[in-house]
Amino acid sequence: MQGGSAAIPATQHPVTQQDHAGDRDALRSVFVGYTITAVFWLLFATGVGILLAYKLGAPDFAPQPWLSFGRLRAVHTNATFYGFATLALVGLACYVAASSSRTALHSTRLAWAGLVLFNLACLAGTVALCLGYNDGNLEYREWPWPIRVVFLGALGVTAWNLIGTVAGRKTEDIYLANWYTVGATLFTCVIATVGVLPWYQQGLGQVSVSGYYMHNAVGLWFTPLMLGIFYYALPKRLNRPIYSYALGVLAFWTNLVFYPIIGAHHFLFTPLPWWLQTTAIVFSVAMFVPVWGGTANFLLTMRGRVSDMVHSYSLLFMFVGVIGYLVGSSQGTFEAFRSLQEVWHFTHFTVGHSHLTMYGFISFGIFGTVYALLPLATGRRASRFGMAVHFWLALVGSFIYVISLSVGGTIQGLDWMAGKPFIQSVIDLQPFFIWRGVGGLMMFLSHVVFAWNVWRIAYGREPAPATAPRASLAGEAPA
Amino acid sequence: MRQMWLIFGGAFAIYVVLAVIMGVLPGFALSSIEPTPGLEPLTPLEAEGRAVYVANGCSYCHTQQVRPLPQDRVWGRPSAPGDFAYQTPELLGSQRTGPDLANVGARQPSATWHYIHLYNPRAVVPESIMPPYAWLFETVDQAPANVPAVPLPAPWAPEHGVVVPTREGEALVAYLLSLKQPPLPGASEAGAGGDASHAAPVGDGSATRTEEQPSEAEETAGDDYRYDPARGESLYVAYCAACHQPGGQGLTGAFPPLKGNAAVNDPDAARHIRVILDGLQGEEIDGVFYGSPMPAFRTSLDDRDIADIVNHERRSWGNAGAFVTAADVAAHRAAAGE
Repeated sequence: MQGGSAAIPATQHPVTQQDHAGDRDALRSVFVGYTITAVFWLLFATGVGILLAYKLGAPDFAPQPWLSFGRLRAVHTNATFYGFATLALVGLACYVAASSSRTALHSTRLAWAGLVLFNLACLAGTVALCLGYNDGNLEYREWPWPIRVVFLGALGVTAWNLIGTVAGRKTEDIYLANWYTVGATLFTCVIATVGVLPWYQQGLGQVSVSGYYMHNAVGLWFTPLMLGIFYYALPKRLNRPIYSYALGVLAFWTNLVFYPIIGAHHFLFTPLPWWLQTTAIVFSVAMFVPVWGGTANFLLTMRGRVSDMVHSYSLLFMFVGVIGYLVGSSQGTFEAFRSLQEVWHFTHFTVGHSHLTMYGFISFGIFGTVYALLPLATGRRASRFGMAVHFWLALVGSFIYVISLSVGGTIQGLDWMAGKPFIQSVIDLQPFFIWRGVGGLMMFLSHVVFAWNVWRIAYGREPAPATAPRASLAGEAPA
Repeated sequence: MRQMWLIFGGAFAIYVVLAVIMGVLPGFALSSIEPTPGLEPLTPLEAEGRAVYVANGCSYCHTQQVRPLPQDRVWGRPSAPGDFAYQTPELLGSQRTGPDLANVGARQPSATWHYIHLYNPRAVVPESIMPPYAWLFETVDQAPANVPAVPLPAPWAPEHGVVVPTREGEALVAYLLSLKQPPLPGASEAGAGGDASHAAPVGDGSATRTEEQPSEAEETAGDDYRYDPARGESLYVAYCAACHQPGGQGLTGAFPPLKGNAAVNDPDAARHIRVILDGLQGEEIDGVFYGSPMPAFRTSLDDRDIADIVNHERRSWGNAGAFVTAADVAAHRAAAGE
């Protein structure tokens, strides 16, 4: 790969219709490839999630070592994060980079290399964790370190390809969406490197690195990727510009400066230095700036277009995603307060929070933007009914899931504060675990429908309308 | 090109600086903290057990950090920075679906209990939702000379032969028993919870944390003790029932029954109180030998707690021992003290 940004194949010889068609085909197959593998990991990871939820009520079920709760828990989180969400968002980011820059992908080959490496890391990581090879660094860096190096390689390839694509843009400015997506891949290369190097990770030192890592891997990878894709998909879908470019820029820089500082709020009341914990709390509050600013920008872009939303499930998914971002991130700030963390830390409330953010925000965002953009790439569409079933199952399921764990987790924390015997908190959680299973099952079923819908968009027969009249919403049948 | 360098280069540079300040530098600084005095490095067997703990993801449900909060006192004294000196990878954990294990070796020093509990947690704690770890055991016709058979209660025992831990099982229990918080210099041993105030975090600002720790010692020192049956039962469930069982019947061969127990029904409560204060091991009770140790509750429970537990045990399951007061416990605590 010599030449860097200037070496875009399409510009090296006279541009013809043929080349454009070839570029479009290449972009489509990359986008489809990432999305399809992401859907596979989604089904796998949430299937594991169902098994885990069931085991909380039936601990003697499936007692094999490789199916035990402690091994599968890490399989579930890592496959969700690095399988599903990562692959889906990188696929979307590639499409957005090329489309918003009005150019071809810098390198189709690099995109495929990234896809193979991401999937390879995720597969190897899953097998390793099932066999009991766990690096022990709780929360999202459990894969043995050589596998995490493969993942880092995939990130590097992706960053290079996105930058190359943006460098070859046919537009004057770099569209805001790419600030977020390219930024996210660059930041995450740093995060993955910091996470894997061993020299500053002994004892309590590793605790502080874990706080940094687990938080940044979420907030400087998934968050900016998703926001960046919103900045492209929402205006595209609504056929109107983003409400405020400046607000988007402000949110970008404030997210960048505030987010890396707040990791230690996962370790309040530990022996970590007091200044580290307090700084983390202060900047957790400062996160209101990018979160509320970004949310306002999206909501104001949607203003007055309720009728479109009612007729478009991709917009509905994105709307829920934006609200999930607002509610989930604001909740995160409140959880960082010492007084509230006294109640909620270590309880299942936290599990509710992580699903509110990773599902209510990231997953709904992915569903909505895939429904919005994938049909533009393939020229085919899913049925409105299919998307409706997906939407309502996912929405109701995640509500049940998050509410039951929020209530159950609060009771759990209050039990401890009331000085009850520990086992009482286990007993009190049982009914909420059942509701968690019900919600989780609905979410899983919605993913089966999602898989069917994606298949139809990728390989189905129903063509998307060639030109969308106003926002009547390319890729979706009129109501 | 310039625009690209400014945005991506600038953002990248800012992020690298922040990552170094918030991730790498604290990591370096905190990696070289001195171990808490009295903290022993793991033996090879314990280290092996730690690897088993990591491989099976125990820390997704069990924390190993005690916070300087009232509700954490049951788990031990607040964790100190030096407690983690030999802990790489760190296992502080993020959830307490199960109990904290920072001090489990002191709270539950019986290897027998851990073996039964790991084989199937419901054999000793009926409401437990912990998975069974039967693969850390094997069923053999006869236990080898140096490995004790696990005294499983009837529903869980195999039809033929006996259950013994594998090397991995032995290592895991050795590791769990090694998890004992060394006392902090200057921490008081007497009474309950008073030592919570020694939760010094790294750096300054510890004063703001310690103010909130009320000392229960003063509240319980007075003579106005009144037995609270609900409290007695709750404390019994929290501290005693894992071994002696909710019905007081114990597990034959593993943990002695309290139901009909001679010391519990003795009008003189001296032995009853002393055993709770200082623990017991290797005695024959009602004709059965019990080899696994009972922990001492001298430091984790105060006089009123122990009096409530003693009274609960003396008035449950058909027992008819005489009541005791917190003052009785205080007297024995002082008499038997160092």
